[in-house]
Amino acid sequence: MHSDAIVIGAGAVGAACARALAGAGLTVTVLDAAGAAAGTSGQGEGNLLVSDKLPGPELSLAQHSLTLWDGLQAELDAELPAALPPVEYERKGGLVVATTEAGAQPLLDFAAQQRAAGIDARAVGIAAALELEPDVNPAITAAVHYPEDAQVQPVIATEALLASARARGARVVLGARVTGALRAASDHAGRTGRLTGVRTTRGDFSADNVIVAAGPWSGDVAAALGASLPVRPRRGVVLVTTRMPHRIFHKVYDADYVGAVESDAAALQTSSVIESTAGGTVLVGSSRQQRGFDAALDLAAVREIAAKATRVFPFLAEAAVMRVYGGFRPFMPDHLPVIGPDACITGLWHATGHEGAGIGLALGTAELLRDLITGATPVLDPVPFSPSRATLEAAA
Amino acid sequence: MSARMLPPEHDPITPATPVAVTIIVDGTPVSGVAGQSVAGVLLAAGRLAWRTTAAGRRPRGVFCGIGVCFDCLVTVNGVRDVRACQRTAHDGDAVGFQDEELPEIGA
Repeated sequence: MHSDAIVIGAGAVGAACARALAGAGLTVTVLDAAGAAAGTSGQGEGNLLVSDKLPGPELSLAQHSLTLWDGLQAELDAELPAALPPVEYERKGGLVVATTEAGAQPLLDFAAQQRAAGIDARAVGIAAALELEPDVNPAITAAVHYPEDAQVQPVIATEALLASARARGARVVLGARVTGALRAASDHAGRTGRLTGVRTTRGDFSADNVIVAAGPWSGDVAAALGASLPVRPRRGVVLVTTRMPHRIFHKVYDADYVGAVESDAAALQTSSVIESTAGGTVLVGSSRQQRGFDAALDLAAVREIAAKATRVFPFLAEAAVMRVYGGFRPFMPDHLPVIGPDACITGLWHATGHEGAGIGLALGTAELLRDLITGATPVLDPVPFSPSRATLEAAA
Repeated sequence: MSARMLPPEHDPITPATPVAVTIIVDGTPVSGVAGQSVAGVLLAAGRLAWRTTAAGRRPRGVFCGIGVCFDCLVTVNGVRDVRACQRTAHDGDAVGFQDEELPEIGA
């Protein structure tokens, strides 16, 4: 069966792209090597953050995506059966704290830059921070409150986006790993013919457009299709405590988190990201480490995350860690997602490379990709996200 | 782990003569056999559930029985988050339940 578009990857980004394209009237087939939210989307925290982003194209995409998330649940309620659970979207707000004297001024400067870009970033005094989070370490040296930071339950959100795509006519094929390209014949000049579909472990699928939304596996998928994309896996680990009475009310970060997000270092880095869940557990992150697809438990990362969390919330020293989970984020050498047509192969598109921000950026990414494919005028400038950009050629 | 007390003479392991232990469960003495876990003593005494889920207030006690699921948490001598299935019962242990109010995030 022929489709107008094939989306490779049934994570949050792929599901959102499928839904947006089907909404524009395209026939869509979603392929995934494993299952819905089986990769990065099911292995993170569901953070939708503006607080960790400097002014620039990624922040603009995050801000626009947040406005789309605001309206999503109402759209889903109108499209889907009432039996489906809500996506647990909540603008819970973030509190970023500096835990060292040296870290205070950089945090306040960072917040000032964000305010200039339209972010609600409120520098609050220590006393006000303690009102927002009574159990935070009173020895913190600065604090900024970000009321816009939000979260969703990422697996429910991905499933709901996929269900909506299906309701709009999309077909979802799971367990189909892409192994190669279907190509039109070369032209007279010997140039490679356009992509006309993909070969998979579950047969061939033809389409006018093929979209790679395979997160950290996108580099491998692109290579199987004859393209080059410098996406690499970066490992992140999260600790889960036993349930406890509610003592953490926002997403609370150590200000050094921003430095870790922006960093290129391959070695283990950790920085505190702490929040409560509806069930009463506390999620304690985060780490970043480039080690291929090695998913072995890294005790050094667990120790470092736990130790740093007690710097922000001293009471966590008494908490029991019940589980540790981790996942791979799609790391880009220039820290921007790739959204748009492949640099070389006609018919191939990319929507990937969102690192740890793919849930939050999924809706804006899907809208941008849809507009590029259908020829509509995008709300955001697509040029910074182009797969042909110079900063990627340098890295390739 | 069995949910009932097996008479020692029926136990194929043929244990030595059992020694009694008594733990204090929510202020009430409950007797078991030395070597049993706290969960074993509770189950043998006929208690199947000792906490409830956060959302639906459904009863929970031992689920996996091997220390993985964290469903059987109790306090022992004032320390919270002890897995009842992993803690050997000692004479005089004060076992309590930690079914406190859980968060209503966003409320």
